[in-house]
Amino acid sequence: MVFLIQQTLLFAVPLMIVALAGVCAERSGVINLALEGIMIFGAFVGVFFIRIMQENDIFMKEQGQILVLLTMIVAAVCGGLFSLLLAFSAITLKADQTIGGTALNMLSPAVVLFFIILISQQTTMGMATGGAASWFMIRPSTFGLPKDHSWGPFLDVLLNKVYLSTYICLIVFVLVSIFLYKTKTGLRLRSCGENPQAADSLGINVYKMRYLGVVLSGMLAGMGGFTYALTTANCTASGEVAGYGFLALAVMIFGNWTPLNIAAGGILFGLFKCIAATYQTLDINGDGVFMLSEIGISPYVYRMLPYLITLIILAFTSRNSRVPKAEGIPYDKGKR
Amino acid sequence: MLRIDPKSGKQKWYRTDGAKSVFSALISILIGMLVGAVLIVIVGLTKAEISCGGIWDGIRLVFLGILSTGRNGSELSFGFNPVNLGNMLFRATPLIMTGMSVAVAFKTGLFNIGAPGQYLMGTAGTLSVGLALGNAGCPVMLAWLAAFLTGMILGALWGAIPGIFKAYLNINEVITCIMTNWISANLVTWWFDSHGVFKNSMEGGKIGYIIPLKNVGVVTPKMGMDVLFPGSQANGGFWIACLLAVAMYIMMTRTTFGYELRACGSNRHAAKYAGINDKKNIILSMMIAGALSAAGASLYYLAGNTEFFWSTYLSLPAEGFNGIPVALLASNNPIAVIFSGLFMSMLSICGTQLKSLTAYNEYVADIMIAIIVYLSAFSMFIKQMLNGAEKKKGGKK
Repeated sequence: MVFLIQQTLLFAVPLMIVALAGVCAERSGVINLALEGIMIFGAFVGVFFIRIMQENDIFMKEQGQILVLLTMIVAAVCGGLFSLLLAFSAITLKADQTIGGTALNMLSPAVVLFFIILISQQTTMGMATGGAASWFMIRPSTFGLPKDHSWGPFLDVLLNKVYLSTYICLIVFVLVSIFLYKTKTGLRLRSCGENPQAADSLGINVYKMRYLGVVLSGMLAGMGGFTYALTTANCTASGEVAGYGFLALAVMIFGNWTPLNIAAGGILFGLFKCIAATYQTLDINGDGVFMLSEIGISPYVYRMLPYLITLIILAFTSRNSRVPKAEGIPYDKGKR
Repeated sequence: MLRIDPKSGKQKWYRTDGAKSVFSALISILIGMLVGAVLIVIVGLTKAEISCGGIWDGIRLVFLGILSTGRNGSELSFGFNPVNLGNMLFRATPLIMTGMSVAVAFKTGLFNIGAPGQYLMGTAGTLSVGLALGNAGCPVMLAWLAAFLTGMILGALWGAIPGIFKAYLNINEVITCIMTNWISANLVTWWFDSHGVFKNSMEGGKIGYIIPLKNVGVVTPKMGMDVLFPGSQANGGFWIACLLAVAMYIMMTRTTFGYELRACGSNRHAAKYAGINDKKNIILSMMIAGALSAAGASLYYLAGNTEFFWSTYLSLPAEGFNGIPVALLASNNPIAVIFSGLFMSMLSICGTQLKSLTAYNEYVADIMIAIIVYLSAFSMFIKQMLNGAEKKKGGKK
C-alpha cells in the first residue's frame, strides 16, 4: 500500500504540475501545445546542470537535497526562457499558436539530442557519478537516523524513499493555484483568456498578461520535465519524456481547466499508470499474493487502462466542459 | 490585397495569394537552412576536433547532401546519386500521406494529432493481412490490394473514434487523439505479441521484428522506379501517394463534399445553419484522415524490405507526428504536401549524410526542420511584409 501511494505520486506529480502549466497559458488565452517540448528541454537542462555541478565537485552526495532544489529552479528558469519563443510568435507576431507549439515540440528534442550527442557521444545523458536514488532519494539516513528507522505507517509514506521534488511540485501547485484564483493579477490573467477586448478596455495590458501566462507555463513545465527525469527516468535525459507533455494536456482538458479537478485527474491517471508499471509485483493488501498478475489478463490491458478510462470518463463528463473562450485567438487591438 | 494588372485585366501570378504562400514558405526554408549552416560553423569552431575543412564539408552537405556521392579520397564529391534520390522518394511516401491526413483534418477545423495511432493501425492491418494471404498462396495482386485496403479501413475506423467524440460529445479532438494513439500502440503490440506466426523467428538478429512482406512476395510493383533510381528503395508507392494527393485536391476544391468539409472548418455553426450536417462531416473528415495516415503505413511496409519492430507500446511512430509539419509547411494544400514531404525527407537524408561523412550528427537536420516550421507560423507576417514591399514600390511609381 505504501509502495502504491508513493509510486502513484511519482507518476501523478509531473502530470499535475505540467497540466497546471497548460492552465496558466490557456487561461491567458494561448494554447500551449509545446508542453512536451518544454518538458524535454527542462529535463535536459536539469540533468546537464547536475552533471556540471558533479564534475566540478561543487556539490557532494550529502548536499543532494540542496542540489535538487537548485536544479529545479534552474530547469524552471530555462523552461520559462524557452517558452518565450512561443510567446513571441503567438502574442507579438500573432502567429498560429498550434504551429508555434508544434515547432517547439520539434525543436526541443532536436536541439537536446544534438547537444547530448556532442556531450556524451550517445543518445542518453545521465549523471556524472552515481544514480538518482543514491544521490537524491530521501531516506532516514538523510535526517541522520539509522537505516531501518521507522516513523510509523503514516510518516513512512511521506518521508521514506521519496524525492524532495515531489513536495516542491505540490507546494508550487498550490501556490500557483492560489495565484490564479485569489490574486488580482491572477484574475486579470484569466480575464484575458475569456474576453481580452473587455479586459483591455479596463486598462489591462493583454499582451503583458499573456506573456506572463506563457512564461509561467514554461517555468512549471520545465520544472515538471526535470521532476519526470529525476523520479521516473533515473535522472537521465534522452530527448523524450514518453509523451508526458501531451498526457498533461489531456489531464488539463480532463480537469476542465481548474486546479482541483486537474489534481484529481492527475492522481487517477497516475494510479492506473502505476498499476500498469508495477502490476506484477503489486501486493495490495500485503498478504504476499500478487493478485493482479494472477488474474491472467494481458499486461497490455493494464497499460491501456489509463487511456481507456480517461476516454470513458470524458464521455460521461463532457457536458460540463468549459474551454476558456478566447483561447487560441491572437489578440488584435483593432478587432472589437 | 487584390491588385489587377491594367493590361491583361488579371491578377499577376506573383501577386496571387498562393504565390505569396509559396514565397513565404521558401523564405522560411532559406532562413532555416542558414541557421543550420550557422550552427555548424559555431559547433565547428568550439570543437577542437573539427577543422575548417570539416566545417566547409558540413555546410555543403546541409545544402547539397542529397547530391552527395560520398568521399573521393579526402574530398567530398557531388553528383547524381540515384540511391539517395530514390530513398528520398521512398521516405517521402509515408510523410506525404500523414501530411495529407493532417491537412484534410485541418481544413475541417480539426487538429489530427492522432496520425501516429492511425499509422500503427494501418501497419498492423497491412502486415497481418499481407502475411496471412501471402502464406495462403493468394495471388500477389489480390493480396496486395487486400492488405492495402485493410490498412486503410482500420485507419479510417480508428480515426472515426475522435470524430465521433468530437461530433456527438463535443470533446476536444486533441485529447481523444492522444488517448487513441497510446491505446493503439498497446493494441498493436498485444496483437503481434499474441500472434507468433507473424514474428520473424527465422533470421537471427531480427527477433522483435515482424516478417518483412518480401518474404511472402506481397510487394508494391516498382513502376519504373528501379530504372530511374537503381539500387534505391523507391517503388510505385510514391506514384500512388501522388495520385491520392491529386484526388484529395480535387475532392477538397472541386466537389460539394469538399466544400461542405471546408465550410465546417471555417465556421461549424454557420455551416449547420446553412443546412450542412456538421456531425457527419466531422466524422467523415476524421475517417478520411485516418485512412490516409494508415495508407501511408501500408505503402511503407508494402515496399517489402521494411521491418516493423512490434513491441511498440512505449513509443509512437515518428512518421505520424512528422505529418503535422509537412501539412503546416504546405499550408494544408494536398498538392503542396507532395513537395513539402519531399523536402522533409530530403533534409533527413542530408542529416544521415552529415552523420556518415562528417563529425556532425544528424540532428542538425531536425533542428532545421523545426526552425522552418517555427518560421512558417509567421507566414502571415511574411506575407504582410511582401505586401508592404509591394505598396512601397507602387507608391514610387
